[in-house]
Amino acid sequence: MKAAEQTLDEILNLAAVHFKVPRENLSPDGDFFKALGIDSLQTLDLLTKLENHFRVELPDYELQGVSDFRTLAERIQARL
Amino acid sequence: MLDLQKYSCLGAALRDALDRFSGETCLIEADRDREKTRLTYSDFKETSLPLARALEDADFDAGDRAAILMTNQSKWLISAYAIFYSGGVLVPLDYKLTATEQLQLLEHSKAKVLVVEYYLWRAIMQSPQFHNIKTGLVLVTEAPLGADLAGGFRWEDFKRKGAPDFVMRQREDVACIVYSSGTGGRPKGCVLTHENYLEQCRALTAWYPFWPGVRYLSILPTNHAIDFMVGFIGPFVCGACVVHLRTLRPEFVRDAFVRYRITYVALVPMIVKNLERGLRAKFDELPSWKRAILNRMIALNKMLTRSRARVKVSRALLPQVHRAFGGDLLALITGGAFMEPSTMQFFYDLGIPVVNGYGLTEAGTALTLNDLKPFRADTVGKPLPGVELRVLNPNEEGIGEIAARSKTVMSHYLDDAELTLETIVDGWLLTGDLGRFDKSGHLQLSGRKKNMIVTEGGKNIYPEDIETVFDGLPLKEYCVFAANYVWPQKELGREMLVMVLRLEQTQRFDSTLLQNIVNLNRRLPDFKRVGGYFIWEKDFPRTASMKIKRQALAEEIRQTVERGAVVGL
Repeated sequence: MKAAEQTLDEILNLAAVHFKVPRENLSPDGDFFKALGIDSLQTLDLLTKLENHFRVELPDYELQGVSDFRTLAERIQARL
Repeated sequence: MLDLQKYSCLGAALRDALDRFSGETCLIEADRDREKTRLTYSDFKETSLPLARALEDADFDAGDRAAILMTNQSKWLISAYAIFYSGGVLVPLDYKLTATEQLQLLEHSKAKVLVVEYYLWRAIMQSPQFHNIKTGLVLVTEAPLGADLAGGFRWEDFKRKGAPDFVMRQREDVACIVYSSGTGGRPKGCVLTHENYLEQCRALTAWYPFWPGVRYLSILPTNHAIDFMVGFIGPFVCGACVVHLRTLRPEFVRDAFVRYRITYVALVPMIVKNLERGLRAKFDELPSWKRAILNRMIALNKMLTRSRARVKVSRALLPQVHRAFGGDLLALITGGAFMEPSTMQFFYDLGIPVVNGYGLTEAGTALTLNDLKPFRADTVGKPLPGVELRVLNPNEEGIGEIAARSKTVMSHYLDDAELTLETIVDGWLLTGDLGRFDKSGHLQLSGRKKNMIVTEGGKNIYPEDIETVFDGLPLKEYCVFAANYVWPQKELGREMLVMVLRLEQTQRFDSTLLQNIVNLNRRLPDFKRVGGYFIWEKDFPRTASMKIKRQALAEEIRQTVERGAVVGL
C-alpha cells in the first residue's frame, strides 16, 4: 500500500497536470476549488482521474464537504 | 394521465397510478454503467406497501412527519409513497447540507421518522449535536452488515406482511414541509398542501405532458421542488419512467442519455453550462471542413425553428448532436437559478429546446414557463395555467416586485407566523424578485429586492444564515450582504456574497486577519462561501435590540462605496 504522503503527492501532481495549473501553486491544505479554479461539477471530473490513477472506486459522496487535497487524500487512502 | 381534479391527496393519486400503469416501467436505477434496479409500477407497489405497513405498526399516524435524507434513488420515491400512503407529511431534506444543519432542520420539523442513506447517517452520528436528536424512528438504507446504526433500523429489513390501511387526506391537509433555506438563522419551512402539489402538477403537465414510454433523467436532488414534481409526481401520475443515477460524473450522465434514451431532464444552469463547454470543445476539435458543414446545418436549423421547435427536423439536420443525447430528448428543463440566455440559445440552435422557468419553493415548483411558441431566451416564460402574477409599484420601466396568487402557493412557513404575514399579503405571495412583463406577456426578471443569492447550482443562500460561521473574528463588527442587494443590477447574474468589515479604532487589516477570514470561510460548503470583502469606516446602524439595520447599512454603502472596491477572497 502507498504511504499517505505519497498518495497526497500523486493527487497534487495529477490535479496540476489535468487542470493545467503549476504544481507549485498547489498545497496539501489549499482549497482545491480556488487553486484549480473549478466548480463542484468539475471536481467530479477530478475524482474520475483519481479513480483511474489509483484503481479504486470512489463514490461521489466521498467528495461531499471536502475542499482540500489532504482530506481528499485521506479518503482515497482509506480505500486503497 | 390521471385526472387530478378528482383527487384529494397525493397518496390517492399515486395509488391509482400504480394500478392504472401496473405493467409499465416506473423506475430505473443505475450506478455508473451498472443497472441496479428496474421496477414496474406493480413492483413499486409491492415494494412500498410492506414499508407502509411497518410504519403504521410503528404508530406512524395521519399528519405525522417523516423526513427523507437521501441522494436520488429508488428508495427515496418508495419511502415517500409509503409515507403518503400512511397519511404522513413528508419532509425532504437536502443531502448536501452539513450534518449539523441537517440535525437543525430535523429538530425544527419535529419529524417522527427519518429515512436516511447510510453515509449521511454515519456523518450525523459523528456530529457533536447527535445526542440531541429526538427523531423516534430512523431507517437507514444500504448500511453495511454489522454497521453500528445507533439505534436505527436497516431500511431493507423494515417491512411487515399484511395490507396497510390507506389513509385518505384532504386537499387542505399538509403534504410536505420543504426548507427553502435558513439553516443557520431562521429556518424557512414551506408548508405545502396536497392541493398545492395536485394543482402544480396539473398546470405543468398541461404544457409539458408525460406519458408511458417517456423517460425522465432525475439529476437535480429529489428534495428540490423541481425534481420532486417533474422527477416523481408528474411522471408517476402519467405512467412515465424515472431514471436515477447514483453518480453525477459527466461521463456516466452522458452514457445514461444514450443507454436509456432519455426524453426529458431538468438541470441547474451550472450543469447546462458544463454541457455547453463540452460540446463547444468537441466542435472546436472538428476539421475545418466538418466544422463548416456543422455551422451550415446549425444555421439552417435556426431558420427552420425560428417560430417553433421542430425536434424531428433538428434531429435530421444534426444527427450526431442528437445521438449524443440519446436521440429521443425533447427538451432540457431548467430553473432554480439564473440561466444565461446565450447558453439557452446555443442549445436551441442545435434543436434542443431549453425550457426555462421561474418559481420558488414557496409557490410549489414553477410560476412561469417558456412555452416555446416561440422560444425566448431572454425571458422566463409566461404564467402557468391558474397562476396570477402582478408587478407591484412598477417604476418608469415597468419593473417592480413580482407578486403571485395561485392554488400552488404554500399555506405558511412552519412555526413562523410573523414571516408568513410578511410574505403572503392579502393572498398574494411577495416573491422578493424584481421583473416586468413584455408586450407578449412574457416575464423578464431583472434582479432581487431581497438580500439573498441563488447559486448556479440552484441553492438559495441568505447572508444572515452564514454569518455565524465568522463568530469570534477579532474585529469590531462584520456583516454579510448579497452584492446585488447592495449594488442592484439591471439583470440577474454576477451573484456573490460580500463581507463588510468594521475594524477596531486602532486595528489594521493584516494578513493574519485575512487568513482568519479565509479559514473560517472554508468551513462553509463551496457554494455558500463569501466571495469578497471591503473595509467600512463607520459603526453599523443598529436597532434598539442591537440588530444590524441591514437595509439602512446597504443604502449607506451604496452611496459611498462602489462595487469595484470589493476585494476577492
